[in-house]
Amino acid sequence: MQSSSSLLEKLPLTPLSKPAKGAMGKTGSWRTLKPVIDLNKCTKCGLCWLYCPEATVIFTKEEGPKIDYVYCKGCGICAEECPAKAIDMVREF
Amino acid sequence: MTILGLPEEEYIMSGNASCPGCGAALALRHVLKALGKRTVLVIPACCTSVIQGLYPRSGIGVPVLNMAFEATGAAASGVVAALKAKGKDDITVVGWAGDGGTADIGIQALSGAAERKTDFIYICYDNEAYMNTGIQRSGATPYGALTTTTPVLGKKEHKKDMPMIMAAHKIPYVATATSGYPKDLYEKVKRAKELKGEGTKYLHILSPCPPGWRYDSKLTVKISKLAVETGLWILYEIDRGKFKLSGPSKRLLDPSKRKPVEEYLKLQGRFRGLSDEDIREIQRWVDENWKNIEKMMETE
Repeated sequence: MQSSSSLLEKLPLTPLSKPAKGAMGKTGSWRTLKPVIDLNKCTKCGLCWLYCPEATVIFTKEEGPKIDYVYCKGCGICAEECPAKAIDMVREF
Repeated sequence: MTILGLPEEEYIMSGNASCPGCGAALALRHVLKALGKRTVLVIPACCTSVIQGLYPRSGIGVPVLNMAFEATGAAASGVVAALKAKGKDDITVVGWAGDGGTADIGIQALSGAAERKTDFIYICYDNEAYMNTGIQRSGATPYGALTTTTPVLGKKEHKKDMPMIMAAHKIPYVATATSGYPKDLYEKVKRAKELKGEGTKYLHILSPCPPGWRYDSKLTVKISKLAVETGLWILYEIDRGKFKLSGPSKRLLDPSKRKPVEEYLKLQGRFRGLSDEDIREIQRWVDENWKNIEKMMETE
């Protein structure tokens, strides 16, 4: 066992958090509805990227949008705002 | 790299603790895009201190100083002074607080900081109640809204006009924005950042809250836009004393261009108890606000 004084030395001066993905875990598990993009309908306008509160839409001009399902909470804003109606909300289970 | 004219870099980390469809997280994402890496946030007790997530990880990609509820303005003043003493002049200090922490509990520290011309940006993200503690009424809760402390009948007083209170401090920049118009928000934060060295800059962002306003999380952007289109939330900026309507609010001076307030109210469960008389009262309040705006534009 370590002595209490050496344990104290190991403690940081302040409880300092470091930026990282998944500060609340893999939030994709919160989802009940999953956004599925039909790339044939997609016009690559980027609005799904713009309006995602979670920054889980990865967007490139060439490939269009892709969703990070590990963290997407399934709020449905992307599907609601998509002008081409290219995103469907599909039940998870 | 930019997408739709906005930087690609993300400073809000996926997998944070915000609720699905959070209007405040959407606003913070674009605010941080405008501010960039060299930023320090001062955040009091509010939803965002929850959004950060749990130690040892943080859901926000810039340094954050967590502070007591009433002390955002004072703590930010301290950070500004400390950075000045260290000779670091390329860092933007930003107070980021909710409507309770701004319009009610934090107003004295904020007013003091503005009066001392503290060189920082203060941003109030307004979800119109104390949301993270369980939807209690705040000074910024609108007329008729049901909260856990204004049950059955809803709140009987109108919303406090916080941006105009800040404009009365004669600060260099006051602006209103909302989550549904990220580009407008981005430009306003950029402008506030440009005015570094001139004193306190104040932004007020209306940010819809799915659990608190009682609507389906997919409607966040739609409701945010409707708040502007009905004229309930007026987008403007007061840049060095010069008043200017901005974005979609520009064409709404003509009452016939404004949608009826019902369109905004009927989507939200918190307004389900409204009588026809209440709706008329809200419409009257909106029209009166616009008359005041008209008067202000005439005196310009």
